[in-house]
Amino acid sequence: MTEMVYYYDGSFEGFLCCIFDSYANKEVLTAIYRDEDLVPTLFASRSIPTDRDHASRVYRKIVKCSPYTAELLRKGFLTCLPDKELYLYRLVVKLLREGPGFLRNFSDETLYPVLRAVRHLNGEAHLLKGFVRFSDLGGVLGGEIEPKNRVLPLLRSHFCARYQGEKFFLYDRTHREALFYANGKAVIQPLEHFQMAPPDEAEAHYRLLWKRFYDTIVIQERYNPKCRRTNMPKRYWNTMTEFQDEAYFRAQSSPAGVGAPGVPAGISAPGTRPGPGPSAPGSEI
Amino acid sequence: MDVLEKLTILTDAAKYDAACTSSGGNRASKKGYIGNTSSSVAGCCHSFSADGRCVTLLKVLMTNCCVFDCKYCVNRRSNDTRRAAFTPQELADLTISFYRRNYIEGLFLSSGVLRSPDHTTELMIKALRILREEYRFNGYIHAKAIPGTAPELVEQLGFLADRMSVNIELPSEAGLRALAPDKTKQAILAPMRQIQTRGRQSKEELVKYRHAPKFAPAGQSTQLIVGATADSDFHILRLTQGLYDRYRLKRVFYSAYVPVVEHALLPSKDVKPPLLREHRLYQADWLLRFYGFRAEELLDEQHPDFNPLVDPKCSWALAHLDFFPVEVNTADYEALLRVPGIGVTSAKRILTARRAGRLRVEDLRKMGVVMKRAQYFLTASGRQAEGLLFTPDSLLRNLTAAERPLLPGAEPVQLSLFDIPAPV
Repeated sequence: MTEMVYYYDGSFEGFLCCIFDSYANKEVLTAIYRDEDLVPTLFASRSIPTDRDHASRVYRKIVKCSPYTAELLRKGFLTCLPDKELYLYRLVVKLLREGPGFLRNFSDETLYPVLRAVRHLNGEAHLLKGFVRFSDLGGVLGGEIEPKNRVLPLLRSHFCARYQGEKFFLYDRTHREALFYANGKAVIQPLEHFQMAPPDEAEAHYRLLWKRFYDTIVIQERYNPKCRRTNMPKRYWNTMTEFQDEAYFRAQSSPAGVGAPGVPAGISAPGTRPGPGPSAPGSEI
Repeated sequence: MDVLEKLTILTDAAKYDAACTSSGGNRASKKGYIGNTSSSVAGCCHSFSADGRCVTLLKVLMTNCCVFDCKYCVNRRSNDTRRAAFTPQELADLTISFYRRNYIEGLFLSSGVLRSPDHTTELMIKALRILREEYRFNGYIHAKAIPGTAPELVEQLGFLADRMSVNIELPSEAGLRALAPDKTKQAILAPMRQIQTRGRQSKEELVKYRHAPKFAPAGQSTQLIVGATADSDFHILRLTQGLYDRYRLKRVFYSAYVPVVEHALLPSKDVKPPLLREHRLYQADWLLRFYGFRAEELLDEQHPDFNPLVDPKCSWALAHLDFFPVEVNTADYEALLRVPGIGVTSAKRILTARRAGRLRVEDLRKMGVVMKRAQYFLTASGRQAEGLLFTPDSLLRNLTAAERPLLPGAEPVQLSLFDIPAPV
């Protein structure tokens, strides 16, 4: 058994081929890198071509040994765990060597890092099911997210079921890919650049209504920013309607004659109470 | 008055309702309809307001005009506040537009009593009809049944909503008489019983006929105001237990009383809302629903209130030290759940993991056990955590110190040189 570094094309099939070739060549992997992350190394290295046939043989074998591991593998590959390929590779090696018994032991040192990463992925996907904000862009719904993990495959079924009669897209800024859905079909495609269209009159109005609702629903006497940050970490705020600045609530296609209203009524910074006066009568109690 | 202004007034009037959950419903999407209800057990939170409470539903009142004069309420007849009312159409528009943008999971519709409970409920039914039938909205709806409504109307409301609730408001009849003279215990419990009975019937019908209409499929909940009257925690907890046992409620919500109005019968306006007490009640509520505790185990006539220093489960454990330590490799599920720091998830993980091999103390943290509490109460393979020494006295001190930074309203205290806790 010689120690090797493998390079692959970054796809899930490519990764499965690394596993295939490591067994075919009787080599132990010390690292698995994507082609674009080429780093100089002292170990002997090899670039693995992707072969769908090999990939599906590996996958079928894993499903046969343990369907649960296959799921961990698919989800684990979407996580932001550094060196996730190596962790997943070691998981497969252990599964093939020892059988699926160790999968019950949650503190197993091969399983635990993967499990934790997958929990992080699931948690982030669950939160984003709520935190995603769509804008109505002439009948098409569009939204943006900035997740740490590649959550789009996990969000797909949720949003496709919920908005099955709609057309929508969801852009992942971190991984530069987008989920498109129309007429019952969904695809996830890489998308290098994306710029959200400005809101029209109606869209700006609903954004404003939501912002006002959000600012009014808080009970000042119970103000607890730490609790809010725990439940909704600040890294999600960037793409959420209620935390945007004034420009976000201004319609771009409004006629010039109406005049720029400056600060649209009812907008205040996140966390502050809506301004006093007739616009927020109940808040003065 | 435009919609923005109405929304502000009616949200502001609705914000003291604690319930904002979208759990319990499990309705798949249908062709031609918009939306579904979350398949996740815990529902789906769409935002968190600055007080840390979850925002999942569009929580508004149909109207904040009210003929009742409940002393604790902002919307009471004698309070001088701006009044507004949504038209059913406006409300339906707002809900569907928010839902499409993924701002909300559905609608939480409550209302002040306009003219009479029946008239108000009819308005609510009209709004929900538009939403369900015209807009073909298939998402979550939580509707409030107003005490004193005719049973026929409650029935109609239940077929439109996923969850229903009737607020008990004050934990005792004396409290109701003093502070909510227009409501009686009977008027509150009657719709609650009706919802329970009708929900059970609906489930039986569903067994026979696959397409029978569902009555409030996500069950019912209620809310109690804590701190407006002198009721003890023990009284509240026993009431809660009774509601779970006899009315099969899904949830009881507690709302720390926020003094919004000055009245001789109420706490004065500068009293802080009893957030810690509310927190302890929620903790105990979870113990009742998921951990197999009974109210009488947690509190009794001699100790009618919760210990502010430690949570109810730790408190129970400290009073029953003879039950511990629990051996994680052999204890049954019920015994594991009694250990502070072990919850439903980690107890189930322990059950699975110990089939693969003997557990060590070091493994437990990775299974989600909160060791800073649990370490004092368990052994693994006969051993406790390395270097752990404690006496019953220092135990209380350690547990208190472990929880203090997490509590609501905990003030950071400047450390004093002369106040170092004794080494344990």
